[in-house]
Amino acid sequence: MNVLIKGGRVVDPAGGIDAVQDVWIADGRIHKVGRGLKAPAGIETVDAAGKVVCPGFIDMHVHLREPGFEYKETIASGTRAAAAGGFTAVACMANTFPVNDNRAVTDYILARAKVEGVVRVYPIGAVTRNLEGTQLAELAELAEAGCVAFSDDGRCVMNAELYRRAMEYALPFGVPVISHAEDCELAHGGAMHEGFVSTELGLAGQPAAAEDVMVARDIILAELTGAHLHVAHISTAGAVRLVRDAKARGVRVTAEVTPHHLLLTDEVVRSYDSNCKMAPPLRSKRDVEACLEALVDGTIDCVATDHAPHALSEKEGEFAEAANGIVGLETAVPLLLDRLVRPGVLDLPTLVSRLSTGPARLLNLPGGSLAPGAAADITILDLERTWTVDPAAFRSRGRSTPFAGFTGAGAPWMTLVGGLKVAP
Amino acid sequence: MSWNRKDLLGMQDLDAAEIIGVLDTAASMKEIAAREIKKVPTLRGKTVVNLFYESSTRTRTSFEIAGKWLSADVINFSASGSSADKGESLLDTARNIEAMSPDVVVVRHQAAGAPALLARHLRCGVVNAGDGAHEHPTQALLDLMTIREKKGHLEGLNVTIVGDITHSRVARSDIHGMRKMGITVTVAGPPTLIPAQCQELGVKVSHRLEEAIAHADVIVMLRLQHERMQGGFIPSLREYSRVWGLSLAKLEHCRPDVLIMHPGPVNRGVELAPEVADSAYSVILDQVSNGVAVRMAVLYMLAGSKSA
Amino acid sequence: MSSRDKAQVLDETGLDRALTRIAHEIVEQAGGGQDVALVGIKTRGVTLAERIGAKIAAIEGTKPSVGALDITLYRDDLGLKAAQPVVRSTEISFPIKGRTVVLVDDVLFTGRTIRAAMDALMDLGRPRIIRLAVLVDRGHRELPIRPDYVGKNLPTSRRETVAVLLREHDGVDRVVIQEE
Repeated sequence: MNVLIKGGRVVDPAGGIDAVQDVWIADGRIHKVGRGLKAPAGIETVDAAGKVVCPGFIDMHVHLREPGFEYKETIASGTRAAAAGGFTAVACMANTFPVNDNRAVTDYILARAKVEGVVRVYPIGAVTRNLEGTQLAELAELAEAGCVAFSDDGRCVMNAELYRRAMEYALPFGVPVISHAEDCELAHGGAMHEGFVSTELGLAGQPAAAEDVMVARDIILAELTGAHLHVAHISTAGAVRLVRDAKARGVRVTAEVTPHHLLLTDEVVRSYDSNCKMAPPLRSKRDVEACLEALVDGTIDCVATDHAPHALSEKEGEFAEAANGIVGLETAVPLLLDRLVRPGVLDLPTLVSRLSTGPARLLNLPGGSLAPGAAADITILDLERTWTVDPAAFRSRGRSTPFAGFTGAGAPWMTLVGGLKVAP
Repeated sequence: MSWNRKDLLGMQDLDAAEIIGVLDTAASMKEIAAREIKKVPTLRGKTVVNLFYESSTRTRTSFEIAGKWLSADVINFSASGSSADKGESLLDTARNIEAMSPDVVVVRHQAAGAPALLARHLRCGVVNAGDGAHEHPTQALLDLMTIREKKGHLEGLNVTIVGDITHSRVARSDIHGMRKMGITVTVAGPPTLIPAQCQELGVKVSHRLEEAIAHADVIVMLRLQHERMQGGFIPSLREYSRVWGLSLAKLEHCRPDVLIMHPGPVNRGVELAPEVADSAYSVILDQVSNGVAVRMAVLYMLAGSKSA
Repeated sequence: MSSRDKAQVLDETGLDRALTRIAHEIVEQAGGGQDVALVGIKTRGVTLAERIGAKIAAIEGTKPSVGALDITLYRDDLGLKAAQPVVRSTEISFPIKGRTVVLVDDVLFTGRTIRAAMDALMDLGRPRIIRLAVLVDRGHRELPIRPDYVGKNLPTSRRETVAVLLREHDGVDRVVIQEE
């Protein structure tokens, strides 16, 4: 695939570039990045004047639901949603059915992705068998099959001894262990964040402590074992503080945050709208502010959507009964551009680091840079493009989002994987 | 003062004038209970559906009597359990009922927010007869009616609510309603049964029963559910009733004209000693009769108007 | 929409004389005052019933029973209004069964109020006879209802209103016709 992307503002933190340049793609790889490039006549040209050209965004926390829950999402629909959202790669979690706790499932996912997927798919293997938290999954084989990390996400491994063993066993494979930090006893029955809003609404809440307690434990285990711990969907001020202190001590810990934990508080739950229900739940203003601060200063390494599609019938109904999870692939980049970059909370190079450079480095993936020789995975943004969030128009099968009807400016404009246009 | 609303979902939505409107209307309607023929034609031809997901004979019967004395046709739907395991979703049940053109649906459900969900989807009026731990507005209204009847006024009174505040919809509705009427509210219970940031509801919080009830004009005792022991909220019923139960001895240090109220059913020997439940302090039975009057007033104000 | 007084129909003395005459007519027809019960409708009907009761006491030496009836729950126009009319209380402390009940109202117009009052009364018991006393009959009946005792017959147009002002409520005793 040969393409010349002309005249866009190239933002590549890994290469130290933030300037108007051309990007020349040859055979699906970056050939050259520079000003006024002279490419062969007849090459396909993309006029990127006024646009922003970045290394392809990577969403390292996505639930593609296949195999087993195809009614919620498939690799086909999920990757199309990712491409539309400006992502060139996704890492998909293991809570499929059957669980991705053995290489047969990993092989299946990769095979399906090859045929049906339009962006790169990196499977994450389970830590324990069937996510039950009692026995290790065959981590060596999972790594060999291509899993880029291990996680029981959706569940927390409550047994500290077992989790320690998992971290130790996983060391040789050089992949992180991703924690869904939620003490299920402390969180017991809580459908939302425990605070004044939950008191007024009469809904059982889970305290921030349920997350903090596990983040603390996991950091200590990471320290003990030397493992690379990655904290999934961090949401509390307490957890942020723990990660910051641990990093200062030299512990190998990284963290991700979702867009909704940066933009919404538990106040929106007052409507009892289960489009506002997910785990971890939306937190207090103080927690949101701490997460924003941490995203800016790098304590939080990246943004990951925790895209968790469900069927409509699983989300409509009583709040306490509704399934946890919202979609995020198609709303993340527009929201971050409009709500964080435009008002100057986050500058564009930092955003690109958090969406591309960071995840690539963290998971040791090819990508995250526009260096010559790298695969031509590219996200092109249009900062002026206005949008309204319309769930009915999503490529994802899931429609559940608290952002329905939101408007803003700044959105993905074109997505290329290996030089091939996958969106629009 | 008459109402201009489609639903009654919670005390939080009402203003003081609306509350007084209900209390005055209920007071006028109370006389019907004393008649030989307990019927007025006011809601003749109107259909009231009682959609009770939580079993509750007393509240449902109260609404049923209220509707029937107003000549409405009252239908009882006793739906089972939660949507998740029983097949038909809450919304589907509601849509089915709506297809039968009711004028008012009275709903009790274990999930907070369920009546609000129904109100959004149904054309007819929705009355919340209790949703999870969220609100039980007709209970608060009958509590206010009882207090006003006995004390002659509401503003400036001190009311203490005792017990499992965390899980109580009655407590929340009482707190909202009483505060709007100028009552000073204190909640009292062990810290495990007081919800997070409770004082931000505008109440005093106390963990000592004697101190909390010493100056109370009214004491509202809440029912303690036996499941609370399993959840680790209290060690035993025995200790709870010793420390938090009301006995005649403890009442000696209260105002001589104090009123004891309870939303029912009473756990005799747990939150109330039997002698207290049967004493002259108790207005529990007045609460029950006022319950019918208040529910008549609510049905009248919602079902009779043009919006129905 | 402002009302203007077009004409005064009864002044204080006229009103009082009308009530006195009604009181005498009631006593005459009943053959005495003991059996009679006066039931006033809504607010001003109650006041008039009390005044008539006092006059009967002055004539006969014994005061008849006087009660107050709120007919809101029996109205035939509920559901046609945007918001529910306020319900006031009914206070009839004597048995209705077998009594001669004289309903008392200030103005008789379409007759619907009296229809509702009769239904309300019947739900409280079975009177032997129901009679109707009104201070003003302004015509325009929509139901076959006629008064037994009338203070003043007053032809009016539909656009006009008749206002009965009483000392106990309005500080003055008079009856006026107003333009809508």
